[in-house]
Amino acid sequence: MTNAITMTLDDLHRILAACGGASEDWPAGKDVHDHPFEELGYDSLALMEAAAHIENEYGVQVPDEVIPQLTCPRDVLDLVNGSAARTA
Amino acid sequence: MSAVGAARAAGTGHAPTVARVPGPGAGPYPGTRPVYVTGIGVAAPNGLGLEHYWEAVLAGRSGVVPITRFDTSRYPARLAGQIEDFDASEHLPSRLLPQTDVSTRLALAAADWAIADAGVDPSTTADYDMGVVTSNGCGGFEFTHREFKKLWSVGPQAVSVYESFAWFYAVNTGQISIRNGMRGPSSALVAEQAGGLDALGHAQRTVRRGTPLVVTGGVDSAFDPWGWVSHLSSGRISHATDPEHAYLPFDAAARGYVPGEGGAILVVEDPAAARARGASRVYGEIAGYASTFDPAPEGVRGELPARPGRPPGLRRAAEQALAQAGLAPQDVDVVFADAAGVRDLDRAEATAIRELFGAHRVPVTAPKALIGRLYAGGGPLDVATALLAIRDGVIPASGASADVPADYGIDLVTKGPREARVACALVLARGRWGFNSAVVVREATI
Repeated sequence: MTNAITMTLDDLHRILAACGGASEDWPAGKDVHDHPFEELGYDSLALMEAAAHIENEYGVQVPDEVIPQLTCPRDVLDLVNGSAARTA
Repeated sequence: MSAVGAARAAGTGHAPTVARVPGPGAGPYPGTRPVYVTGIGVAAPNGLGLEHYWEAVLAGRSGVVPITRFDTSRYPARLAGQIEDFDASEHLPSRLLPQTDVSTRLALAAADWAIADAGVDPSTTADYDMGVVTSNGCGGFEFTHREFKKLWSVGPQAVSVYESFAWFYAVNTGQISIRNGMRGPSSALVAEQAGGLDALGHAQRTVRRGTPLVVTGGVDSAFDPWGWVSHLSSGRISHATDPEHAYLPFDAAARGYVPGEGGAILVVEDPAAARARGASRVYGEIAGYASTFDPAPEGVRGELPARPGRPPGLRRAAEQALAQAGLAPQDVDVVFADAAGVRDLDRAEATAIRELFGAHRVPVTAPKALIGRLYAGGGPLDVATALLAIRDGVIPASGASADVPADYGIDLVTKGPREARVACALVLARGRWGFNSAVVVREATI
């Protein structure tokens, strides 16, 4: 069984809103691929909270020690989708 | 560091000289300068917001209801002072919701109201000139219960990372500090149901040591099944089913108390700082504070029997708070009692009051009979109520309590508010395991 589900920016937006609360600094639909999470209103705890959900939904592990390196949405999408591509 | 320097630049908020000049309050001895209360925020079972609460208190409206947060049908006690009209999403940014227990949401909202009431704009005030000192006795019970349920039913990976601080007694101080950019001396005090007064006392000390403004008070809530069992374990909870007569402090029919949720957050300030920023109102002064500890009862954890000659410490706390305020018992116009609603504890408190003031020499009241005991929130809410009594010249009544045993020898305010000039009030609080605290508030000397 391969995991071919691709995570989009909208998916990450939805997961972070569920885990860390909706952010006024990240309106839906805005292209924030390269905006730092700090500016989007999410800290490392919000990302840790999201990690468990990403694991459930996409089957991709986001280890605690990797989280500090995830500075913007693109980093998360690369991690999740890159991993999915490898397993495919 | 540069941000701090910028925030302290001249012309922003409080004049820096107010805080920096060493006065009688500087150093380890905090002195006796007055400390003003300039803002109040209230979240109570019978009213959200200061004036709604006060109106309900004077009208004798109760906030005691059958608990609706969970199914209480298999529990021996089912009534609580429950806040029913608080929608956190109306008061707080959504990013704070996943990380906060109901107690912290109430504390954050009450702090917002207090700061707005004081007319302070934290964003234009130097961050190190504002501290936060709160008390919490229960922690984030409901949040933690939910996360623990995930732990045993799903596994550790399902537990929210926010559990790491959402449960914690200091979380209200931390969240109020972060939300309002208050980085001055801050702390949290825990002393069961007496801790809220300890927070106010420590806030007074913090201002006297040189911090111009401190946000202080206490808020608690624990109405999930686990929290409820912790209430019941005290053996002091009323099993009554009639909300109007479930909690009858000082009444011959007293049968325990009703737990409540909520509390009060106050803004306290150095008078010079309040004047410098043009504060629009002063409710009064935190004039005195003291806390004492009861001797261990016989047999507790193998201690020796209580030594003869060591009475409970409540009276000593009241005396020391009055001494700190430079006042005598005859200066006190009303006592807001701890009012346990448990007969032997009521008798002990009545004895302390009678011996300190003389029989029937001072009005005693317990408006908390309308809302239950709010744990760390109870003392600060009583202080807020006392300040309103000073403002409006009226002493609120003690709920439905009416039949006070003659040998208590206290003048309990019953059957409706009593008009009286109130210049000074003594507020008492006791916590299980021996905590006693007392705060004296009085009209501001301007």
